Amino acid sequence: MALNRDFVGRSYPPSAPYEVSRVKIREFATAIGDNNPLYRDKEAAQAAGYPDVIAPPTFPIVFSLQSGGEALADPGLGLNFAMVVHGEQRFEYVRPVIAGDELVTTATITDIRTAGSNELLTVRSDVTTVEGEPVCVTYNTIVERGGAA
Amino acid sequence: MTATVKYDQVEVGQELAAIDYHVRRSNLVMYAGASGDFNQIHWNERFAKMVGLPDVIAHGMYTMAQAGRYVTDWAGDPGAVVDFGVRFSSMVVVPDDDQGATITVSGVIEEKLGDKRVVVGLVARSGEAQVLSKARAVVQLS
Repeated sequence: MALNRDFVGRSYPPSAPYEVSRVKIREFATAIGDNNPLYRDKEAAQAAGYPDVIAPPTFPIVFSLQSGGEALADPGLGLNFAMVVHGEQRFEYVRPVIAGDELVTTATITDIRTAGSNELLTVRSDVTTVEGEPVCVTYNTIVERGGAA
Repeated sequence: MTATVKYDQVEVGQELAAIDYHVRRSNLVMYAGASGDFNQIHWNERFAKMVGLPDVIAHGMYTMAQAGRYVTDWAGDPGAVVDFGVRFSSMVVVPDDDQGATITVSGVIEEKLGDKRVVVGLVARSGEAQVLSKARAVVQLS
């Protein structure tokens, strides 16, 4: 089923703050097999000029998926989750995510388009601290296989 | 927050050595837990085949994370990556055996920007398939 184009341009209310912990960064780094000390060792991170351990570049997927998820779960959109695969992903950084950050994500559906028999949908997530300092912007494009057929 | 690679020491066209990253089913289970992406296509073979996939496939974000690791290990400071984007052009099929799959990442300096930034073009392959395309990172060098 084609996705409902009326959803393009819809923004969703900011997420509840996501508290970035050292433990979660370490868990994520371990899961991707990355032993970089800046993800694990506060002293190493401070020696590199950061206030605390930093997160790998793809870490924001942990909380940005959740905020975008609400948009995608809206039955009016017509998305069949069983057929969804990830199409494209991008992270634009103002600064790295740092342990201790309290981050708020605001999701917007920026594009819905057809490519062959697939439907493509892009969610932009603006990530800031609770004080409003911009940290990064993520762009997540999902593919609904056969959605346009 | 300083990359160990110096802007003046890289040239456009310079190739970065390829590195192999291994992925087994257990890695996908760990990644599901750490990322919160519990889509069954990444751990349930029966479900994956039911929805028309050849087998369990890796999370695209797992593959992207390996490409990210490639760039951050090269740059010397993960915080030097200021922009990182990929297209998932093919699936990484992960069989249920002791070998799993291999993701091979390589890179090339595509462009030197102002302010000591460079564009690193990335290629990721698994078997014959190019699994990431349009993959690029902008890195702040010193």
